[in-house]
Amino acid sequence: MDTQQLLERQSFIELNARSRAKKLLDEGTFTELLDPFERVTSPWLARQNIVTQSDDGAVVAKGTIDGQPAVVLGIDGGFQGGSMGEVSAAKIAGSLELAAEDNRNGIPTRAVILFETGGVRLQEANLGLAGIADIHAAIVDLRRYQPVIGITAGPIGCYGGMSIAAGLCSYLIGTREARLGLNGPAVIEQEAGIAEFDSRDRPMIWSFTGCEQRYRTGLIDVFTADDADAIRAAVIDLLRAGRPEACRSERVAGFLKRLSEIDTSAQATPQQAAAIYGKGFES
Amino acid sequence: MSTRELSKRGAVWLDALTYSAPLQPGFPPSVRVADARIGDDPARFIAVVPDPDNPFPRARNGEVGLIEGWELARAVREAIDADAKRDTKRAIVAVIDVASQAYGRREEAYGIHQALAAAADAYASARLAGHPVIGLIVGRAMSGAFLAHGYQANRLIALADPQVMVHAMGKESAARVTLRTVADLEAFTAHVPPMAYDIDNFASLGLLWKLLSPANADAPAAADQSMVETALKAALDDIRADSSRGLESRLGSPHRAASATVRRKLREAWR
Amino acid sequence: MENIVLEFPAGQPAQGRALVGVVASGDLEVLLEANTAHRTVVKITTSVDGKGRLWEAVLERIFGDGSLPAAKLEINDAGATPGVVQLRIGQVFEQLKSNGGA
Repeated sequence: MDTQQLLERQSFIELNARSRAKKLLDEGTFTELLDPFERVTSPWLARQNIVTQSDDGAVVAKGTIDGQPAVVLGIDGGFQGGSMGEVSAAKIAGSLELAAEDNRNGIPTRAVILFETGGVRLQEANLGLAGIADIHAAIVDLRRYQPVIGITAGPIGCYGGMSIAAGLCSYLIGTREARLGLNGPAVIEQEAGIAEFDSRDRPMIWSFTGCEQRYRTGLIDVFTADDADAIRAAVIDLLRAGRPEACRSERVAGFLKRLSEIDTSAQATPQQAAAIYGKGFES
Repeated sequence: MSTRELSKRGAVWLDALTYSAPLQPGFPPSVRVADARIGDDPARFIAVVPDPDNPFPRARNGEVGLIEGWELARAVREAIDADAKRDTKRAIVAVIDVASQAYGRREEAYGIHQALAAAADAYASARLAGHPVIGLIVGRAMSGAFLAHGYQANRLIALADPQVMVHAMGKESAARVTLRTVADLEAFTAHVPPMAYDIDNFASLGLLWKLLSPANADAPAAADQSMVETALKAALDDIRADSSRGLESRLGSPHRAASATVRRKLREAWR
Repeated sequence: MENIVLEFPAGQPAQGRALVGVVASGDLEVLLEANTAHRTVVKITTSVDGKGRLWEAVLERIFGDGSLPAAKLEINDAGATPGVVQLRIGQVFEQLKSNGGA
C-alpha cells in the first residue's frame, strides 16, 4: 500500500459500533431498531449504582448489503467492555431469530455480528449467560439458510461465551489488533499460574490468540488490515460465496485428527499450532 | 464445594439413570456416553467426568477442554446421524456437573473456544433436527462448560441442592474481580437474582423447566432416581408436544421481562 | 450514583434528535431531543456523587446565554472531566445541525 492509499484508508477500529454497522450496510439503507431514544436499558445496573447506556451497548442495524436484506449486530466495546447483559444479548439473539424467520418466509435476510466483547456481563451473570445461549441457538438456526459472518476488529476483541458464538459463525474476519480466545489472560494466570500464562506478556498472548495466528491456524477465514472498505469488501465476497460446505464447528473428525497429533507433554507453541492446524480440518 | 473439588455427580447419575448400561466404546475417559432409555424411548446419556490422566494437563479435574468439546460433539452427532432417516429421534440427555472450562496455554493455542462451539453446535443441531434434548443439572453448570454441555437443551431440569450451581464465574474468581470477600459477594448477589449463586434464585429466572428435591443428590436412593426418571419422561413428552424446537420456553419469568420486551419491540419494528 | 436535573433558557425548539458519546470510564453519552420553545432541560445520571455544583457551573457556561435551541438532554456520565462534558455537548449540537432536522 503506498502513502496515498495509507492516508486515504479509513480505520474500522476508530469507528464506534453504530458507525461500523452503517459502513457495512449499503449507503443510505441503515435503519436502527431499538435505538437509544427508545431507552430499552438494563433493568439490573441502576441498583448496583452503575450508569446505563441507552442502547445497552448493542446496535441493531437493518438495511441491505450488496442489495440483499441484512442485519448488522454491533457490540459497543466501550460500554462495560462490550459485555453481554440481558438487553444487549436479547437484541442480538432476537434479531438473529427474526432473520431466521424471514428466511422461512422466503426473505433472504443475512447477518453480520461485530464482536467487541469480553463475554458475560458479570453484573447480570446468569441472564447474560442465558442470553449468550440464545445467541448460540439463533446462529445455528440462521446459519442453515444464510452465512452468518463474524468480525472482530479490536480494540476489545472477542472473549468468553461470545468467542463460542464466533466459533459458530459461517465465516470470521479479524484484524491484527483483535484477539479471539475463550479465557481472559488474567483469569488463566489466576487459575493456572503465571508460568502457564503470564497475563502481562502481551507478545505471548498475541502470538496465540491474535487474529494473525488465528488465521494461520485456520480458526478465522479472513485476516485483513484495519480498513473499513476492505472489511466491507470481504463481507460482500463471503456473502456472495454463500454458505460454506461445512462450518468449522461441524468439522468434528478433522479437528479430532489434528488434536491427536499434538504432543501434549510439551508446552504449546504458536509454530507447532500453525504446523498442525495448518494442515486443515477435512476428514 | 470449592471449584477445585472433583465433579463426581455426573458419573453417579449417568450410571444410575442408565442402570449401569455399558459405556459406548471409543470415547475418552472424560466423556461418558451410554445408550439407554427414558421409559420406553431410546435415549443417549452423556456426561463429562474427571480424567486424572487426561493428555491435556489442565483438563484433569473434570473441566471441559479441547478433547471434551470435540468428543461431546461427536457423541451427539453420532446420534443425529444414526437417527437421520428415522421419524422419531432418540432423546439426548446431558447429565451436567461441570465446574468450568479448561484454562491453559494449550487450550488457547488450539482454540478451546472452537471446541466448545462444536459441542454447542451439535446439541443445537440435534434439537433443530427433532431430537428431544434435555439438560439435567446435578452439580455445577458453569460458564463456557455449560454453554457447551447442556445449555442448548429444549428443557433444563435441576436438582435443588446446595452443591448445585449455575453461574458465569466461580465465587472465588468473582470475589477477586469485584474486590470483595466471598462472604460479601454472597451477601450482595443474594439480592440481585441474576447474580445469585443459589439454585432457587436461578430457578426464579424462568430458565429451568423443573426443579427437583432429591433426598441425596450425591448418592441417589431409589426414590430419588425414580423422581428424576419421571421428570425426564415428562420433559420428553412436553418437548414432543411442543411444535417449537427453539428456546422460547425460557422466556416466561418476570425476571426476564426485558428479554421478552426486546423481542416484541424488534418484531414490531422489523419490516 | 446521582441524578441531577437542571434547566436553562433557550431559543426555538431543536430540529431533530442527536446522540454522541459512550458510557465508558471518563466519558459520557448525550441524547438530545426537541423541547418546547425557550427552555432546555438537562437530566444527568452520573457515577460520581457530590458534583452538583460543578455540573451547574459547567452547564451554565454552555447554556446560560439562552442562544442554543431548546432541547431535552439526557446525560449518562461515567466520570468525565468538565472538558470532556463540554466537548460532548458541543458535538451533540453539531450533530443536530448536520442531521439538518431530518
